[in-house]
Amino acid sequence: MARELWKGNEAIAEAAVRAGLEAYFGYPITPQTELLEYLAVRMPALGRAFLQAESELAAINMVYGAAVAGARTMTSSSSPGVSLMQEALSYIAATEVPMVLVDMMRGGPGLGNLAPTQADYFQLVKGGGHGDYRPIVLAPDSVQEAVDLTYVSFDLAERYRNIVIIAADGNIGQMMEPVEMPPLRERPPVGSVDRGWELTGAVGRPRRIAHSLNLSPEEMARVNASLQNKAAAIAAHEVRYSERFAEDADLLVVAFGSAARIAQTAVRQAREEGLNVGLFRPISLFPFPTDRLAHLATRAQRLLVVELNAGQMLEDVRLAAGAYAPIDFFGRMGGVLPMPDEIYDAIRSAYPHVGGNGNGKGKRSLPAGMRPLTGSWSERMSLN
Amino acid sequence: MEHQIIISGFGGQGVLFAGQLLAYAGLAEGKHVTWIPSYGPEMRGGTANCTVILSDEEIGSPQIRYPSAVIALNPPSLVKYAKLVKPGGCLVLDASLIDSRAGREDVREIAVRAKEIAEGLGYPQMANVVAIGALVAATGALRMETVEDVLIAKTARKRPEMREPNLAALRAGAAVATATVH
Amino acid sequence: MIGNLIPVYERPHALTETVTHYCPGCTHGLIHKLVAETLDEMGVTEQTIGVASVGCSVFSYNYFNCDFASAAHGRAPAMATGIKRVHPDRIVFTYQGDGDLAAIGTGEIIHTAARNENITVIFVNNGIYGMTGGQMAPTTLPGMKTTSSPAGRDVKLTGAPIRMSEMLATLDGPAFIARRSVHNPANVNRTRKAIRAAFEAQRQGLGFSIVEILSSCPVNWGKTPVDALKFIEDGMLPYYPLGDFKVSEAMKALLRA
Repeated sequence: MARELWKGNEAIAEAAVRAGLEAYFGYPITPQTELLEYLAVRMPALGRAFLQAESELAAINMVYGAAVAGARTMTSSSSPGVSLMQEALSYIAATEVPMVLVDMMRGGPGLGNLAPTQADYFQLVKGGGHGDYRPIVLAPDSVQEAVDLTYVSFDLAERYRNIVIIAADGNIGQMMEPVEMPPLRERPPVGSVDRGWELTGAVGRPRRIAHSLNLSPEEMARVNASLQNKAAAIAAHEVRYSERFAEDADLLVVAFGSAARIAQTAVRQAREEGLNVGLFRPISLFPFPTDRLAHLATRAQRLLVVELNAGQMLEDVRLAAGAYAPIDFFGRMGGVLPMPDEIYDAIRSAYPHVGGNGNGKGKRSLPAGMRPLTGSWSERMSLN
Repeated sequence: MEHQIIISGFGGQGVLFAGQLLAYAGLAEGKHVTWIPSYGPEMRGGTANCTVILSDEEIGSPQIRYPSAVIALNPPSLVKYAKLVKPGGCLVLDASLIDSRAGREDVREIAVRAKEIAEGLGYPQMANVVAIGALVAATGALRMETVEDVLIAKTARKRPEMREPNLAALRAGAAVATATVH
Repeated sequence: MIGNLIPVYERPHALTETVTHYCPGCTHGLIHKLVAETLDEMGVTEQTIGVASVGCSVFSYNYFNCDFASAAHGRAPAMATGIKRVHPDRIVFTYQGDGDLAAIGTGEIIHTAARNENITVIFVNNGIYGMTGGQMAPTTLPGMKTTSSPAGRDVKLTGAPIRMSEMLATLDGPAFIARRSVHNPANVNRTRKAIRAAFEAQRQGLGFSIVEILSSCPVNWGKTPVDALKFIEDGMLPYYPLGDFKVSEAMKALLRA
């Protein structure tokens, strides 16, 4: 199939349509609004449900309704809107119904700004709402990958009866790149195939209840255990990552999403100049590619984590690899986008043979935004 | 080979469309391409810019600090980007709106009176197309025929009368670039 | 001969055998029965999907014998919207109290009504938060003592109670908006008819319907069940008049027929 130029937001919307999205509910917020606008045209044309809600709060609860009703359903938003959705996300996780959320992260906290950041890693990956649950979180670094992950996200959501989040930012949402679109799926009408849990009216079967209230601690514990077992199954089967020159890297850069895209340019430049640098890019943020990263860290002499935040995925990297290699961090906050040359400078500083780590040649001169993380947590916090 | 192009001007000058023209042409030539705009409130008046990368290889960062080529369609854009163009790069500016020059010895500077040329054709909004003609001719980033085909497809499919003015604008810009001896 | 006896009363099919958790004298159980009888009469119990709210009626999903979802606090109309948009041929209703509908869920109910969403809302108004033990609701009467307004509701501090039906009736969309009460048999019968009308509106695709039902809360009002019913009449009716606040033209035609 021919490749076409697609803007990220619209490409994700079209991929969702082709994956069989049956009901979309959303609310305008920059930088994801094109997604809503695109579906406002596309969904009614296909006879599928589209509704602009009065708030993100209403939108996600409409999604909750559509999900318990058995539809392939989705909403999309950006950071402040996703904060509003956290209550319902917790309910949806507890009810174990499938849905997809696209979050085009923007600068925060607060009303923040519209610029690309990754400052909602904790919120998205660690649960966000109350209670102990884990959404599957997928972070594309290109428009094509955003399409591919969106397409598969509905299958994952249904396979595990779980929330799947596409975590990106305005860089991915606003960018145009060539895309090969997957085919439009033919799917049976909603409710025509019974999977044993959806609410369609109790015709010829016992009634069903979709709820998240479990007053008995024992029953709540059982639900929690089920959620944890599911998270373990997801962790065992759904890890996704990408590597460039990672196997033999002395310095391994770890970055996801658009930060990885920027880092890729810097890594390539460093390679061209003979530095033994590689790039490890988690695609699934939950499940985090812990085992693979640990394996690479036993080989690499040093890790450099690059994020568009103050160091959030960094904590997962430390958990995975902190025992095997020292870790540096380069971050940019508030939507200030690092340019490849800044990450290149960070690579030069962190590089084991060039930057002087561990070779006794004195203090490194660190680029702004970079801090060494070889010390304890408290030492790290005392650094600016 | 990788061309990193920034197009910058006021909102309404067709900055984003000009960038998309390059991206579509790059795609038509089988290149790797990215197009990324400045977005948000900037879109409502004020400055607008976009970055286009055309490459024979997979593209890393869609944004770069040091472009290989720049189109500046207003004075603030020249001030902002003139100093960032890579040595050996190319700078196209609309001389009907910008009095000053970058004056860099290591950059090919092409002052094209894009708006005046476009007005002469009867379509002042085609200044962006004039500038694209100059940039493509100066950099060789794309074949001119590809750009012409894409331009016609994007502008004249439903309005055939737009075909000739658009092609004339593109070629007028290219002619200025060809005539500009560095 | 037992076999020749004709049952004059039996538990509606649309209610489960479950014993409810409602307090003695509470009228939630009665209202459940009216809704269940309506679903049975219309023969739609198996085509119905209910949405429970948060508050005393949170467990209504255990009592109705149809598919049921449990919404987050105040969000039942949004959740019902999602269900109805996916299954437009099903009967979808929410069952909400006044804390749920008139406080935390005000936005959702107004916009669902404004969209003329083809669902039915059963709105039980007892002027107090029952489940959490008797706090002031947006519907609590002026001067009424609650655990969070121990000196009586001071409207200078908290504003006056919200008349939801009247407020929603200003919208163009809704098909049927009515307030009823269950403080005596005559009013119970009127409530039953209004509930039937509301569900018929939905079945005919006329759009949004809501029946606000004044209900008693003896425990949190600190009254005997009988006195609580009397309080509906003497205390609530003067502030919350009964009646039909919005009957669309199509609905009028339906009611005539």
